[in-house]
Amino acid sequence: MSPILETRKLNKSFGAVTAAKDLNVKIDKGEIVGVIGANGAGKTTFINMVTGYLPPTSGEIFMDGKAILGLAPRAITRAGLARSFQVAQLFPELTVLDNLVIALAAAESPHPSFLKPLHTKARVAKAEEILAEFKVASYRDARVTAVPQGSRKLIDIAMAMIGNPKMLLLDEPTSGVSVDEKGDLMDTVMAAVRHHGLTVLFVEHDMEVVRRYVSRILAFYSGEIIADGPPDAVLANERVRELVTGHTDHKSASQKGAAQQGSSVA
Amino acid sequence: MRLDKTELALIGLAVVLLLGGLFAAPGWLIFLLTVALAKALVVQGVVMQMKAGLVSFGQGLFYCVGGYAVGMGGQFLGISAGLVLLAIGVVAAVVLAMILGLLMTRYREIYFAMLSLAFSMILYGVLVKSQELGSTDGFNVNSWTLLGQTISGGEQATHAVFVLTVIAAAAVAFFLNRYYRSSVGMTCEAIRENEVRVEYLGLSPRWINYANYVAAAAVSALGGGLTALATGHVDPDMAYWTTSGEFVFIALLGGTGSVFAPFLAAIVFSLVRTYAIEFLPNAWQMILGFTLLGIVVFLPKGLWSLFTRARVDAPVSAAPSSTSNTRTGGARA
Amino acid sequence: MLSFFAVLIDGTIYASWLFLVAAGLTVIYGVMRILNMAHGSFYAIGAYTAASAIGWYFADGSGSAGMSFLILIGAALVAGLVVGLAVERGLLQFMYGRDEILMVIITYALLLILEDGMKLVFGVNPYFAYQPYTALGRSTIAGLKVSNYDLVLIGIAITVGVALWAWLERTNLGKILRAVIHDREVARAMGVNVRRMFTLTFLIGTTLGALAGALTAPSISVVPGIGVEVIVLAFAVVVVGGMGSIEGAAVGALLLGLSRAAAVHFAPQFELFVIYGVMSLVLAIRPQGLFGRTLARKI
Repeated sequence: MSPILETRKLNKSFGAVTAAKDLNVKIDKGEIVGVIGANGAGKTTFINMVTGYLPPTSGEIFMDGKAILGLAPRAITRAGLARSFQVAQLFPELTVLDNLVIALAAAESPHPSFLKPLHTKARVAKAEEILAEFKVASYRDARVTAVPQGSRKLIDIAMAMIGNPKMLLLDEPTSGVSVDEKGDLMDTVMAAVRHHGLTVLFVEHDMEVVRRYVSRILAFYSGEIIADGPPDAVLANERVRELVTGHTDHKSASQKGAAQQGSSVA
Repeated sequence: MRLDKTELALIGLAVVLLLGGLFAAPGWLIFLLTVALAKALVVQGVVMQMKAGLVSFGQGLFYCVGGYAVGMGGQFLGISAGLVLLAIGVVAAVVLAMILGLLMTRYREIYFAMLSLAFSMILYGVLVKSQELGSTDGFNVNSWTLLGQTISGGEQATHAVFVLTVIAAAAVAFFLNRYYRSSVGMTCEAIRENEVRVEYLGLSPRWINYANYVAAAAVSALGGGLTALATGHVDPDMAYWTTSGEFVFIALLGGTGSVFAPFLAAIVFSLVRTYAIEFLPNAWQMILGFTLLGIVVFLPKGLWSLFTRARVDAPVSAAPSSTSNTRTGGARA
Repeated sequence: MLSFFAVLIDGTIYASWLFLVAAGLTVIYGVMRILNMAHGSFYAIGAYTAASAIGWYFADGSGSAGMSFLILIGAALVAGLVVGLAVERGLLQFMYGRDEILMVIITYALLLILEDGMKLVFGVNPYFAYQPYTALGRSTIAGLKVSNYDLVLIGIAITVGVALWAWLERTNLGKILRAVIHDREVARAMGVNVRRMFTLTFLIGTTLGALAGALTAPSISVVPGIGVEVIVLAFAVVVVGGMGSIEGAAVGALLLGLSRAAAVHFAPQFELFVIYGVMSLVLAIRPQGLFGRTLARKI
């Protein structure tokens, strides 16, 4: 069986800066993969390339054995590779319900109707179900601008899951979310992930969160993958301790605190 | 087919207008209403695009195409049936929009505004240099027929165009009312709000913008055709950029909140202009300018927000923070 | 061969004029990200002020060409600075930070106000200021009669272009402005008074617009509506060259000037068509214009 996602020798440079160097990644069905690395290590660049937002300088990308390099983001989404964003990408002036119903209609067909109403009973009911699943039902009729950050991130992820993707890429699901909310947010997301049986890759700075949920870690440093394997092995890796986790531990006490908070809440 | 409140109101208003117009209103008022409603159709085309976040400073292009199609159909093709002439205008605009749309949909914000302006100025430039079409003076529209009846000026013509325009306006508003709540209509708003997300929902923002652009062109061309029938004359100024500027003005005056708004705004605009030009011929534009600034600063959602402000969506809290990071500007290849 | 030469001369003259008209627009957009719809109005105000001043100077029937040039430039400075300052302080400074497209609408409102403002101040009858134009006479270049005034215009356009370039690239103030162009927030963080830079830029832009109008006044009849005609041409130049780029405006002006001159000589019915046609063509191939920067997208 071919892996759900595979990249071969993926490279990206912006002028003199190398954002990705010979990235070879294979992810199989059912895996929950965590991606760690300092800011600028190339994590988001990786997601952007895989989802067709950013063309790689060279390399190949396969999904379920089919080459997807060069496809537009919408085609890759339709092929079953969905993503969320560091900063929630929603429709700010529309209501939360509208946001979800638009996503539901988009999942049904790439050719929306001119005259049939968007808000069908079935779509609204389904949207309400999703809102409940993601614990944001109270914001059903609020505009996105009035919804707190953590709930926005949840709605963003919920919208990515709507098309029943084969694989979900979560770009820092807990960034911009208060320390108290992190644990709840990840529990909600991972419950939904398990419920739908999704394969997931997520970028996360908080090692406690990573350790708690993933079966495998990819450690990025300066555009390269310096370690790939089970969490315990990767986090014990000398280079990872030196270049990724050690760095964060010394530099940012608040993140460490965040990690403890996260685990105590959960 | 179930009718909602807006649609019932539309039918009611159309009937009231028709009865009032045909039996009570003086000729000048009927004419003013006709032209205002016809122009409001062009404005509807502007509003359709505003809903998708695009400001067309060249909607006069389709207004002019609709108008000239009516004039030229009578002049050169010998067609006299009014409905056929209007249809020719709409078809011509749709064909043109399908071609231009391929390019236009690659642009956003000021680039879209400028390119739409450029295309309408191209048509202006061509018309001004066309001697056969009367150059800068334009030409008069031949007498035409409505359902076999010859319409040749006077009260009969005024009434005929009025009836046609009211019905067309009501029909377009009826369509738009459904369109704005359809998948395409709502996705247009989604594109305005965040195009990247629309793409990542597996939709093509470009295709949806394209469809919207063509539909808006059709609606605007209908307005142009009706204006030509009403005034009996077409000239290149229909495509001049200041004409398009006027449509943008009316669109902003009404706002995008309701399908009624462009009609209301166009009527207010026409009434005020009629008096302002009479009493303050050299300060009319200045009044417009200050009004526009007033709208931008105090009523960013247009006149219509005066009617809706009290009701419904009082935002839970005023925190319009996240818009800035979702806007991606400029030209897209 | 002769007509080819004529196209070259006419095209260069027209290009010089286009550049002068567009320079202020592109400077303002480059620094402030405001596509100033009212730019044509500053052109018209410059033309009216200059025509009035020239009319007053030649009122007794005599006067020197050199002096009349100084008057033209002086009128442009006064008109551009005074009206520019009034507009920037009285209106625009309260609008900074709004959406680019909203700024288009705001400056469109400004255009409507200024158009009628001019009618109220200068009336609706035409103004003439032909004296500087006729006083310079004509030359014959390779068998073609060319007005010397137009040749001077070429010189002025080159001077303005080089001065703008040198100012942006070679002076400290220019460096600060380029920092604002590059990244407003970073410039502000470095201690640049961005608002003061905006005021300065806007005044330079409006004065350039007024200068273009003042220099054009002797070769046209100054009537209401000239600004409205000019603004769309200036847009075309700036869009072709790349919004905000000085060298782009120069190349755009040359391209459009020569194209138009060629159309006038070989296919006069396409005179107006050709300018917007070239603009559409350039945009179709290079959406950001010839010298424009592509915008980075962030998610």
